[in-house]
Amino acid sequence: MSISIRDVEHVANLARLELTEEEKAKYTEQLGAILAYAQKLNELDTEDVPQTSHVLPISNVMRDDVPRPSTPIEKVMLNAPDEEDGQFRVPAVLE
Amino acid sequence: MTVAKPYETVIGLEVHVELRTKTKIFCGCSVSFGDPPNTHTCPVCLGHPGVLPVVNRQAVEFAMKAAMALNCEIADVTKFDRKNYFYPDLPKAYQISQYDQPIGRNGWIDIEVNGETKRIGITRVHLEEDAGKLTHVEGGQASLVDLNRVGTPLIEIVSEPDLRSPEEARAYMEKLRAIMLYCEVSDVKMEEGSLRCDANISLRPWGQKEFGVRTELKNMNSFRSVQRALEYEEWRQADILDSGGTVVQETRRWDEAAGKTVSMRGKEEAHDYRYFPDPDLVRIVIDEEWKARVRASIPELPDARKARYMSEYGLSAYDAGVITSSKKLADLFEDSLKYTKDAKAAANWIMGELLGYLNANNLEPDDVKLTGQGLGEMIGLIEKGTISGKIAKTVFRTMLETGKSPQQIVEEQGLVQISDEGAIREVVAKVIAANPQSVADYKSGKEKALGFLVGQVMKETKGKANPALVNKLLVEALKS
Repeated sequence: MSISIRDVEHVANLARLELTEEEKAKYTEQLGAILAYAQKLNELDTEDVPQTSHVLPISNVMRDDVPRPSTPIEKVMLNAPDEEDGQFRVPAVLE
Repeated sequence: MTVAKPYETVIGLEVHVELRTKTKIFCGCSVSFGDPPNTHTCPVCLGHPGVLPVVNRQAVEFAMKAAMALNCEIADVTKFDRKNYFYPDLPKAYQISQYDQPIGRNGWIDIEVNGETKRIGITRVHLEEDAGKLTHVEGGQASLVDLNRVGTPLIEIVSEPDLRSPEEARAYMEKLRAIMLYCEVSDVKMEEGSLRCDANISLRPWGQKEFGVRTELKNMNSFRSVQRALEYEEWRQADILDSGGTVVQETRRWDEAAGKTVSMRGKEEAHDYRYFPDPDLVRIVIDEEWKARVRASIPELPDARKARYMSEYGLSAYDAGVITSSKKLADLFEDSLKYTKDAKAAANWIMGELLGYLNANNLEPDDVKLTGQGLGEMIGLIEKGTISGKIAKTVFRTMLETGKSPQQIVEEQGLVQISDEGAIREVVAKVIAANPQSVADYKSGKEKALGFLVGQVMKETKGKANPALVNKLLVEALKS
């Protein structure tokens, strides 16, 4: 499986990355090499191996429905690049 | 006016229901509504780096309970996946949801439209986290983000494309709401956003197997707007097809004020969510013991209660359907039967006076203070002759507004029915003496005159005389 320049453009668009033509060519090659390396796994016979979604042999880690204190608003806002009335202010999002 | 429609309408709904847990799905922040912005947040729900989500057991159980009540098969193993997209209401830039192993699959519910029962398939029920709330600054230069709602547990209920009209879609929504209320997994208040609905709708010529091109509708905030938006879209698509055009597959927003759907351009490009298993959350194994325990917590659901009301209490299908459509009404009805044996009378008071009052004042059953005990005892007072049916209406109204017991209301307002024959005879004599013309009319065969005279007696006694007794004593007096 090889990767095309259109795949790179699509992924870049999804990631909101603006790439130059040179970068697109470079990443197509690099990502292609990574995928080719991962292709090696296909040489293994996985017929009888169940699908794995998690490598840890544990399940059902859950918490009780008991409230804990939230972070004070002053601290929450320390990470806000811009703020207005206790809310994060961001570039306009239009419907 | 109904015109034979040239196209068959096909509708599927995606309904989101907020679960009524105390805390969020992956952190200990309280679930809130209407509190100051960003006061119920922490590093986990704010999406800070390095934090670890831990799932709320209660949310998992509510989701299981809801899926069971919708007749779904429950997964033996379920897991969480990341749904990736950028939006300012989603601080992690992914929503934790469930992709290929939802908690429930292959369910169904029955709806009733025009007296006919129809089974609607439920494709899946899965658990996920809610996003935050955006408001737009006037002038449109900026948006403000409140992340209190981020991480509120939701279930998404996806129907099969089995609905064939906007009316069926509404009936489906109402049934879903009733089931969620019976199960007590959600408050399901559309106006507070704890029940939300997106709809897919397409038209096709009758007899065609393939679906037509569909549009997805968003932003419908009430049962009424779901139906209206679908009716508008049905008309819009028919209009396009009639003129030989093709419907564009797109997302459209319902504009309540304008009463139409509007294209949401730009929402289309990135329907590529690159789902993958969330490595921060381990899988959930649901064994038979756990399933049995949750299943045992499901109460009798609306359809079962309706059938029981018909067989056990002899209610009509219509009355039983209306009363069981709301858990509050059904509970009220059943509570009243601990205090009276007359189930039909209880049903009649609920169907007539109570619903009439709610409709006239645009209220929900939860908004009134009437109790089942009050209703049952009031029916007892009518049976004993303490109050007349007419006076009972006053008592009932007062109970709705104050929640006082009927006995207390009767005493406070002096509403006890007069059943003392001597007292009524006195009034009868007075009325006969004062209305010689009506008396003469009655004696000459005009039955109507009796009604007038009864009315006069009731007026004299301020409606408190026992009507049957008044009738009897009046006829006796007129014949003597």
